[in-house]
Amino acid sequence: MKTESKFLTGLAIRIIPCLDVESGRVVKGIRFKELKDAGDPVELARYYNNQGADELIFLDVGASYKGKEIMIEVVKNVSKEVFIPLTVGGGLRSVEDMRKVLNAGADKVAICTSAIENPNLISKGARTFGSQCIVLSIDAKRHENTWHAYTHGGRYDSGLNVLKWAKKGEELGAGEILLNSIDKDGTKQGYDLDLTKKISEGVGIPVIASGGAGTLDQIVDAVVFGKADAVLLASLLHYGEYTINNIKKYLQEKGVGVRW
Amino acid sequence: MIGIIDYGAGNLLSVKKALDYLGADSRVVHAKNDLAEIDRIILPGVGAFRSAIEKLKSVRMYCAINEWLLANRSFLGICLGMQVLFESSEESKGVHGLGIFKGKVMRFKDYKVPQIGWNQVKIVRGSKIMDGIEDKSFFYFLHGYYVKSHNDDLVVGATEYGLDYDSVIEKENICAVQFHPEKSGTVGLKLLKNWIEIC
Repeated sequence: MKTESKFLTGLAIRIIPCLDVESGRVVKGIRFKELKDAGDPVELARYYNNQGADELIFLDVGASYKGKEIMIEVVKNVSKEVFIPLTVGGGLRSVEDMRKVLNAGADKVAICTSAIENPNLISKGARTFGSQCIVLSIDAKRHENTWHAYTHGGRYDSGLNVLKWAKKGEELGAGEILLNSIDKDGTKQGYDLDLTKKISEGVGIPVIASGGAGTLDQIVDAVVFGKADAVLLASLLHYGEYTINNIKKYLQEKGVGVRW
Repeated sequence: MIGIIDYGAGNLLSVKKALDYLGADSRVVHAKNDLAEIDRIILPGVGAFRSAIEKLKSVRMYCAINEWLLANRSFLGICLGMQVLFESSEESKGVHGLGIFKGKVMRFKDYKVPQIGWNQVKIVRGSKIMDGIEDKSFFYFLHGYYVKSHNDDLVVGATEYGLDYDSVIEKENICAVQFHPEKSGTVGLKLLKNWIEIC
């Protein structure tokens, strides 16, 4: 495995805005004067697409029954006019749940707690829709020299070692790992580079780094030191501190390949 | 009317939505009998080579598509829909592809598989399908296997992922792309528009 490959090939590092949605509204604070309704996921998806987002991830953080139905409508509407890959996660517990969001227009599904509770969901999903559809989302928290995977939005320790779980996920057919650091999430102290590097070098599938981005240099670090294939961004974008365009320009100056 | 072939390989809806957005009439085609009013075919697809070929056979589309291609009728293959045009794939040994073009589909080595993300297409020669699209434009790729055809005349665009491989081919009315134009933003829509209007 040559993990420096992304610097040798034309494959761009992906910048992925993440929208946390509850009952059809984006819930993390979003401050854009240009938007009429910054809480509307469809309008925000359009906005980030125009800025040059490489993909979009929608996480249903409420994951209530009603929320799920509304999310399906959101995905239907976004996929009518936004032609980049869309991932949907949050509360997907069965192949049928996955099928519903994929039929609505999602390209991939992200599963976290349900995959830990039922690892066969990864293999069933991969067999039914292909590995490229299945994103294994891991909420990782440091325990001395290692990390544990957490469930239920970071509330419970599953006791699983994150590297072992990531490898197991790959073996079961996951096509990508979405790696979220609970320790760094929302801190703006930067991504957990040790964690990102360890997992990215430990698996043969792409790793999306998530949690902690506060500066442009931290994004570069996630790619150069952490060997991330993609970076997830939420607050940094939502508060309008940086645009995707700013971020890409900076990454390019630092020698990281991006898409224009 | 454009027919989008359904052979259980996913992402049909994305293709349909992109065509709807462009205002092109299209219909999902499940079996040979549905082809009557169709004058252009899109063969989309993500999934495995073997299951794609088996599914095409089970809905009696394998021969229909073969005849379509031999008659040089308008065709666009996407991703796996490009790979099945060739003779065989390392993904599914012993399975015969449509074999319209000579060449084998091979697995990437040394790099993360599948390749997921935006990569560039270098224009190798002028074509209808890439008309007006800038050299080295980025498209969205999602695949573990690649095509290296035996016929350089086919190749319109090439992409590098550890090695150079064929990412766009065009021969008269038959076009195919390894990436997903329906997920490649504005430039992807432009390619689909080219195919609808001038290919």
